Amino acid sequence: MTVPLDEALLRGLVPGVLGVLVRRGADFATAEDAVQEALVEALRVWAADLPRDPKGWLVTVAWRKFLDATRAITARQLRELRVEAEPPPGPAEEVDDTLQLYFLCAHPSLSPSSAVALTLRAVGGLTTRQIASAYLVPEATMAQRISRAKRTIAGARLDRPGDVATVLRVLYLVFNEGYSGDVDLVAEAIRLTRQLRAALDHPEVAGLLALMLLHSARRPARTAPDGSLVPLASQDRSRWDAAAITEGVQILQTALSRDRLGEYQAQAAIAALHADAPTAVETDWVQVVEWYDELVRLTGSPVVRLNRAVAVGEADGARAGLAALADLDPALPRYAAVAAYLHEKDGDRVAAARLYAEAARAAPNLPERDHLTRQAARLRAVTG
Amino acid sequence: MAKYLLLKHYRGAPTEPGFEPMDHWSPEEVTAHIQYMNDFAAKLEEAGEYVDGQALAPDGMWVRYDGEGRPPVTDGPFAETKDLIAGFMIIDVDSPERAIELAGELSAAPGKDGKPIREWLEVRPLYGEPSLVTE
Repeated sequence: MTVPLDEALLRGLVPGVLGVLVRRGADFATAEDAVQEALVEALRVWAADLPRDPKGWLVTVAWRKFLDATRAITARQLRELRVEAEPPPGPAEEVDDTLQLYFLCAHPSLSPSSAVALTLRAVGGLTTRQIASAYLVPEATMAQRISRAKRTIAGARLDRPGDVATVLRVLYLVFNEGYSGDVDLVAEAIRLTRQLRAALDHPEVAGLLALMLLHSARRPARTAPDGSLVPLASQDRSRWDAAAITEGVQILQTALSRDRLGEYQAQAAIAALHADAPTAVETDWVQVVEWYDELVRLTGSPVVRLNRAVAVGEADGARAGLAALADLDPALPRYAAVAAYLHEKDGDRVAAARLYAEAARAAPNLPERDHLTRQAARLRAVTG
Repeated sequence: MAKYLLLKHYRGAPTEPGFEPMDHWSPEEVTAHIQYMNDFAAKLEEAGEYVDGQALAPDGMWVRYDGEGRPPVTDGPFAETKDLIAGFMIIDVDSPERAIELAGELSAAPGKDGKPIREWLEVRPLYGEPSLVTE
């Protein structure tokens, strides 16, 4: 009998294996290819025969693949590789390797899509085929995107600490902007953020993990059986993942107690307030607004101000919400949807219907467009 | 990251002054034009931005439901005016600016006398997936 291969466990070994190869003197791009090849082989043979030392197996196979790939290199150059001199890596080195890998794959010289693809492959251990299918592009295109990314960072050094914010942005993108294909990018983003948290003690890493857990907890309730979106206020809260919420809140509280606030902690705090409300009407909107004020202070983002206007509308009434909206640029994404919501709350159903229809035309995805169209239709049915 | 559809039309957009239909070009000019298109697609793949592309034959039909128990109506009253899609390409790029840049480049494909044909291309965003973080 064969046991199903624990793919996440296998993929968790990838950063460490890659770290060993790089420390033995392999260049990052070739080493990464070699690890990917070893990984594909592992997926094939481990299902029938799991090795006693999976990491050792991966290192051996990946190193062989690396040597195969570098046959063209002269013997002298090969001797210069520090193969013999290298002692086995200790746990501290491994944590450090993993961390450097996150920074390298989120290097500021990479475009967001390249950083995402490279992180999923080199840190996440996903195959090019899996990443391509997750982003609905051909495998050849994804392969090129990854090799291009590797060329871009070829000169970057592995041993310089990077900016943690760039890494968090990449992980946030993986979490928030994937397709719902065979690869669960939400789960993958959470796994990668957990792994990062094990390697780096930073309150914003914890904040991002909490944010992810709190939002993914709502996943079972956010889509109706017919695929339509269920807005937060109408979700069946008994279907939220209570264990994920508990964990997210705990992680957030520990992070907040360190008094080094950042945007992910503030966002997570807002999600936690929603998670904490037994029903939508019991939401502590006053506190939500306070957290939005923090978030505005931290980011200055107009999108945050837009979301704040919704919260103000709930805390202080529709008029206050509309007043908060007044300073904002109507060209902002989802501005019309927010304005529609606040106008309906204010009793102006005609304006709300018109704005919902406008919002539907500008919606960035189909479920949102359909939801907004239904809102417009609902209001037109009563206003005539 | 977002996907865009680049649509090439046979007609429907204003034609450039001096425009000559493809069958009035020399064979070498036709070959050069097609080569440009193929190179463009290959370059996009190399950049990790290519999703799909197809050329479409011009003899399309309009079809419409014509009531219970009746065969669908084919072709319409639009024989003179209908716009035909010549082909499409789907790209996956980091910004709308990049989509426009690439469409501009595609529109520069060489035509008669090797000059850019400057055809109009329609650029349409594809819908993405709803994001998870909503507030």
